[in-house]
Amino acid sequence: MEEYLDTIKQIIADLHPELDDEDREGLVADGILDSYDIITIITQLADEFDAVITADKITPENFDSARAIAELVDEILND
Amino acid sequence: MIKNLLEYLYDDIDLKRDKTAFSDENESLTFADLYDISRRIGTELARASFYREPVAIYMDRRPAMIAAFLGVLAGGCFYVPLDSTAPAGRVKAVIETAALRVMICGRDNLKKAEELDFKGRVLVYEDLIDESCPVDDAALARIFDAQIDTDPAYIVFTSGSTGTPKGVVACHRSVIDYIEHLSEILEVDESTVFGNQSPFYFDACLKEIYPTLKFGASAWIVPREYFMFTVKLVEFLNEHKINTICWVGSALRMVSALGTFKTVRPQYLRTVAFGSEVFPPKELRAWKEATPEGTKYINLYGPTEGTGMCCFYRVDREFEDGEAIPIGRPFPNSEILLLSDDGREVADGETGEIYVRGTCVTLGYFNNPEKTGESFVQNPLNNAYPEILYKTGDLARRNERGELVFVSRKDYQIKHMGHRIELGEIESVAGGISGVEIVACVYDSNADKIIMVYKGEAEESAVGDHLKETLPRYMLPGRIVKVVRMPFTPGGKIDRKGLAETYTK
Repeated sequence: MEEYLDTIKQIIADLHPELDDEDREGLVADGILDSYDIITIITQLADEFDAVITADKITPENFDSARAIAELVDEILND
Repeated sequence: MIKNLLEYLYDDIDLKRDKTAFSDENESLTFADLYDISRRIGTELARASFYREPVAIYMDRRPAMIAAFLGVLAGGCFYVPLDSTAPAGRVKAVIETAALRVMICGRDNLKKAEELDFKGRVLVYEDLIDESCPVDDAALARIFDAQIDTDPAYIVFTSGSTGTPKGVVACHRSVIDYIEHLSEILEVDESTVFGNQSPFYFDACLKEIYPTLKFGASAWIVPREYFMFTVKLVEFLNEHKINTICWVGSALRMVSALGTFKTVRPQYLRTVAFGSEVFPPKELRAWKEATPEGTKYINLYGPTEGTGMCCFYRVDREFEDGEAIPIGRPFPNSEILLLSDDGREVADGETGEIYVRGTCVTLGYFNNPEKTGESFVQNPLNNAYPEILYKTGDLARRNERGELVFVSRKDYQIKHMGHRIELGEIESVAGGISGVEIVACVYDSNADKIIMVYKGEAEESAVGDHLKETLPRYMLPGRIVKVVRMPFTPGGKIDRKGLAETYTK
């Protein structure tokens, strides 16, 4: 899982350079990510890791922090 | 015949009093609530001597905001919804253009409103609706009687190429004309349950607001974040038995493209209208397959200057991938002319610019006679009496079935994430950043991405940060590229075509 984390943090930092804490939680709960961001993240996860995220996995909880997204990728790739 | 949008609420009020009109997850308002609140707000505006002028609404997208709209109308004024999610700089530009003297602000938004340096009067929504303030029925009746249907109902602001947003002013009569015909096309009745997607600072929300009032129907305001989490979105539709949706193509597209229907399907939909942007046949097929037998699909087209939508096409056949779904034909009581650059009607099958004719043509751009004169023009086919058409800047042709098919824009205006954007507005803001010398934006329609290319000293990240402070989210470039040399055409203009080819691969 740790192997995905840095890339995911980078994807988020590119979308939101204003965030100073890369471990920030509440990306969804605090309204930081919008639908454009979610699509970008999903597309990039497919490009970088061949991780295909199905709609049932696209939930607020799974996108609330870089760590949550990395856990999701881990779950999908090792399923 | 009605002359005022308030009549949609007032007529048959006793039959619909206790029914819920508008809801979101936190609040719901019945028709009686809307009646009472709108009359309280109208009374307060009259008492403070605000009359026949624009009134800003700075509230979040929730049922109370609709009550505030109606309250402004009850006071004989017209509402100007402000985007409470937009950066202060843009909202200030709107306030300045509309020369606003008064604003209705939600208590939650007071803090944010301080950043707007608003010099006028701020009325707090929660204070206005305080039940201890009596309604002045006589004053409201005088205001209502004095109003005529060509008085403005609202101003909504759209992107303007010079960097100043343009305020489109629509009168009651245009909106009534729209609502009467739209309701027939969508087959609205009292059993209709709308699921609203559009923000309230655009004309798009007219589709849910006024038909709901007219028919005593109801509407759910779908939380914005559900459009990212599409399983939840469809569950929301099912939970509230939503049967009618009018969404931008990109919202529908997101639901089907993410494979949502493998997990959950909409159970109650009977009318799905889409519009404002291209909706690929592949996604339309996925929707048709997932929705109940008999669900009707309607493509809508129309500029804000033509009051909401003015063309419709009921999907009545299958479409191949890559084929364009027509925009069909004009609404009843509207006409579409396809004209060449020299103002003549084009031959069948040829591409021409869309001119809109009818009651749906709005009054013009607020405080902007110059821009109004450019786009609201005398009918070139009629030199016998004054007749104003709206010149859209959109190109279309008629296919062999006689249906209108949208071709493209004439200029640098694009549709991105459901919003109409002038690339020139982004360029104009970026051009004002120190260290940016020359800038051009191109649009990659395949990736649905705005790409900004500039030459100058400034770092890309600094430019990006600056844009974020000034522009709404949907206008931000998806990619910012710094170049050493900007390409020019032999004519001395920025080579946008070349830029597009280089950066949209």
